[in-house]
Amino acid sequence: MTEKLEELLEVFSGISDRGERAELLIELADQFREVPERIATRPFPESHRVQRCESEAYVWAEPQDDGGLKYHFAVENPQGISARAMAVILDEALSGASPEEAEKVPTDICFTFFGKDLSMGKGQGLMGMVTLLKGLAKQYALARDRSSQ
Amino acid sequence: MAQTGTVVDIKDRGYANAEILVSTDWVAEHLKDPKIRIVESNEDMLLYPSGHIPGAVQIDWTADLNDPINRDYIDGEQFAALMQKNGITPETTVVFYGDKSNWWASYALWVFRLFGHQNARLMDGGRLKWEKEGREMTREVPKYEAADYPVPRRDDTRIRAFRDQVLQHVKSGKKLVDVRSNPEFTGERLHMEDYPNEGALRGGHIPGAKNVPWARAVNTENGTFKTAAELRDIYEKEQGLSQNDDVVVYCRIGERSSLTWLVLTELLGYPTVRNYDGSWTEWGNGVGLPIEKP
Repeated sequence: MTEKLEELLEVFSGISDRGERAELLIELADQFREVPERIATRPFPESHRVQRCESEAYVWAEPQDDGGLKYHFAVENPQGISARAMAVILDEALSGASPEEAEKVPTDICFTFFGKDLSMGKGQGLMGMVTLLKGLAKQYALARDRSSQ
Repeated sequence: MAQTGTVVDIKDRGYANAEILVSTDWVAEHLKDPKIRIVESNEDMLLYPSGHIPGAVQIDWTADLNDPINRDYIDGEQFAALMQKNGITPETTVVFYGDKSNWWASYALWVFRLFGHQNARLMDGGRLKWEKEGREMTREVPKYEAADYPVPRRDDTRIRAFRDQVLQHVKSGKKLVDVRSNPEFTGERLHMEDYPNEGALRGGHIPGAKNVPWARAVNTENGTFKTAAELRDIYEKEQGLSQNDDVVVYCRIGERSSLTWLVLTELLGYPTVRNYDGSWTEWGNGVGLPIEKP
């Protein structure tokens, strides 16, 4: 797990007030930046679409010169605030880290950020974002290892 | 203003009680009316704080309307305190709206009715219609002066059904409407898609129930309710219900069926409709309760 992710998890696990949690998540969602055109344009490919996400979220991984990956996201549903907040969290926590580090992230971290009363519908979608991100990191690492053999 | 499809005027839809619904236009004209309190009720806890109708308060079904320990609603004292906090008196007209085509808003309205608050309406089309029309939203949370609300008695006899009553209802061969999706009704799926926590040990439905998924009552393009004639085609011509039937509606936890309760009671004028909020999460897990599978 990256240091940044641990920091973020620590901040959120200390929150018990629903209002405070919502405020913090909305602040994060406000910082959302959609995937740049050099990476992807509409219609976004199905292979980058998060499964079981009602907000129609997409994830991309862009290799960096130092071997790390930068993650990009798109969220098509205008009401997809949770998905946008999750995207900002994942970008802050994992962008720049090695694909191996991203692969180690537990899929259910969304429950620490969004609280235990997160509805299962939302939980599935947000876990789906983490799953897809880890899948992209793994794909990249496999391709990289193959080409270096 | 963005278009959200052609909408027949509420008063021209032939409803038994057209006053139960108000349009987004009506709400926009009454934003500053002190006799009105606009209440947002959502599934998604981030929607209200990220922006809502100016002056609207939030009432959350989990945090505000459910008892935190028992599977039941709050009591009269807690309801009175909730009303006082939100500046609502028994005379205030409460207008509900929310996400998911007003599922949770209908649920909240139904709970208000348990406490005898009759002066309650629903904004046709819900939050999404308001947003799509590009209407004003704010993040400012309003503060209202505490209002006087006498402690009401919760009446669970008229519009709420409990497990044993439903069992009697089944034995008497009376009508039930299961508003879940077809795979849930047939038992092919043990929970609603994406909601595995609200599953059950057994799949199927309560014997004799008709399956009319809740969403058939609303127009998919804008979340508004269908006309009375269109609704009668579904519930009466197709499913054989009639106005004087004693009807029990249910879903998984009682929220989707609140919307169908509202359709049958208010839009079609059925006098005897009860919502079984125990629903499939109770019936499908209950020892000895009869189940039907197609």
